[in-house]
Amino acid sequence: MKKTLYDKLWDEHHIHSFDNGYSLIYIDKHLIHEVTSPQAFEGLKQAGRNIWSKKSIMAVPDHNVPTKMREDGIKDPISKIQVDALNKNCQINDLLKFDLEDIRQGIVHVVGPEQGILLPGMTVVCGDSHTSTHGALAALAFGIGTSEVEHVLATQCLLQKKSLNMQINILGKMPEYFYSKDLALLIISKIGTAGGTGFAIEYTGDAIRNLSMEARMTLCNMTIEAGATTGLIAVDEKTISYVENKPFAPKGEEFLKAKEYWSNLVTDSGANFDKIVDVDITQSSPMITWGTSPEMAVAVDDKLPDLEDEKFFSRKEDLLNAFSYMGLKEKQNVNSIELDKIFIGSCTNSRIEDLRIVAKIVKNKKIAKNIKSAIIVPGSGLVKERAEKEGLDKIFKKSGFEWRSPGCSMCLGMNDDKLNEYERCASTSNRNFEGRQGRLSRTHLVSPATAAAAAIHGHFVDVREII
Amino acid sequence: MKKFKTVESIAALIDRKNIDTDAIIPKQYLKAVTREGFGDNLFDDWRYLEPGNLGDDHSLRKKNPDFFLYNPKYNGARILIAGDNFGCGSSREHAVWALMDYGFDVVISTSFADIFYNNCFKNGLLPIVLKKKEIQELINIVNTNKYLIKINLVDQTLLCNNLKIKFEIDARRKEVLIEGIDDISETLKLSKKIKDYENKKALKTPWMFNG
Ligand code: SF4
Repeated sequence: MKKTLYDKLWDEHHIHSFDNGYSLIYIDKHLIHEVTSPQAFEGLKQAGRNIWSKKSIMAVPDHNVPTKMREDGIKDPISKIQVDALNKNCQINDLLKFDLEDIRQGIVHVVGPEQGILLPGMTVVCGDSHTSTHGALAALAFGIGTSEVEHVLATQCLLQKKSLNMQINILGKMPEYFYSKDLALLIISKIGTAGGTGFAIEYTGDAIRNLSMEARMTLCNMTIEAGATTGLIAVDEKTISYVENKPFAPKGEEFLKAKEYWSNLVTDSGANFDKIVDVDITQSSPMITWGTSPEMAVAVDDKLPDLEDEKFFSRKEDLLNAFSYMGLKEKQNVNSIELDKIFIGSCTNSRIEDLRIVAKIVKNKKIAKNIKSAIIVPGSGLVKERAEKEGLDKIFKKSGFEWRSPGCSMCLGMNDDKLNEYERCASTSNRNFEGRQGRLSRTHLVSPATAAAAAIHGHFVDVREII
Repeated sequence: MKKFKTVESIAALIDRKNIDTDAIIPKQYLKAVTREGFGDNLFDDWRYLEPGNLGDDHSLRKKNPDFFLYNPKYNGARILIAGDNFGCGSSREHAVWALMDYGFDVVISTSFADIFYNNCFKNGLLPIVLKKKEIQELINIVNTNKYLIKINLVDQTLLCNNLKIKFEIDARRKEVLIEGIDDISETLKLSKKIKDYENKKALKTPWMFNG
């Protein structure tokens, strides 16, 4: 039978079928951070259970950690309790963990692939919805809740019902200055935030093949914002050379054997998808979200929605809510939106390529006067080190950006980095929900290039026009 | 986990789509290391006019009088009716803990996000998916009169005045709620199969077990 990539990954990890339609699926890698794990370790302890496979776990604190003055440690006592709990749980159980002082520390979804801890063909879970990122490596990766974290700790397995297969087929070539972040926002604006619910999405098309591994991670990362817990991209040469020589990746003979196995991690031609969506990107422009859901996005050369437009009738209430929360008006030009802060970072866009794009745009330019703060937060200590070797940090600082230490930072404002009430931010993160970056904060999701251009101009601009 | 059989209660109504888990329980409360005590912070940003933090005395915070759950007619509601795609966004199970800690046993919507839906069953919260038309009928009734809604999970029925709806739920999930099944003990019964799988895979793809 012809199989999709998802079918293959599923079958390889399938242990047992229950007669109620559920299956027991084996989990190869379990990523852990400080926010969603303490209750799971506690539950395990209370039930007197052991961890099934300690080797399968990689832990790293990221959500709560400060991104400046690291030397002083974590000042917020409540955050500290959580990070200390992670430390303790890892110590007692002898688990692999990258501490704050470790150069390998960073956002869990940046660190995993960077270390070669996640490999093609694996099943990967984390108590974090953006685990979908790792589908870029052709790994079956999805976020789980804390009870399931406990289940995986105790059994190395999960009870799952198989998802349906969806193919998102990209037609055409990526236009210049249209990045995978823009592509993700375009897809979500088309299929909606629930468009992928119940599906595992595979991205296909020449444009996908031409994306770098980092750009693929950005796209898969945003898959959860389209409602699908898993986003996949088939293995190709790029996948394999990305993995080669990573610290935890197989070496020598074992690598060759693995390579052969990985090469089969593609959808068979003629395999059946339950749903196919074609997205033509030939004429696409950089995207900007204007509302409080990632699907509320428009092209930079467009206007905000017109509520009289028929296609918005059924959603009028939602749009009105979003306009009012965001302090915006219908039919407004995107370029007229002025900003207070700029955030470049998060597991979506904090890798070296992202930083290089930003540097190219801001080099020898200064951020606009109305921008109160513009921060760049690398995804890991290693990304930071690399950027500094290339001199990117100097470019950023000269332009007026703050150069921070790795962590989730202002993506969710669980640490010191937050927006104040009513502040408006161009952000390279993944969620623009109400209050996401701080109470009553206003978030616009964009690519690193669009965020960089906005920093220089103080409002949104079409990055294609200023280059 | 407590066993779920029937619930009889008035319903609270929030006519909003895409309610995300950030809205259900904002991030600052995720710093807790326990599963309890999130009820005071359910829908925190909508509910209070002042910012709050973990450990604050929330009874001292200024409340938003327009917040839907402060409407006296929703006092004691154990059923929540919400717009499409409820629970989207972050995987935080704290969203389910907050809804239950506040006193909800059932959430009704036309659709739920996958991870949230899954998390419900690990904690004894019943998410019921109904058709748009059914929800509209239900809302029409509860809006005009303070009728109770009676939900019987065993029969998969929802009764309200003279409206009777049969809802769908998969057999396994139903059983988990009714029996209060602990998934982990169930899975551990298959330990031998899991070990056999590992042995087989260690030969075929040994690099998967490096670490
Ligand atoms: S960067 Fe943001 S989305 Fe990514 S793991 Fe951290 S908080 Fe979650």
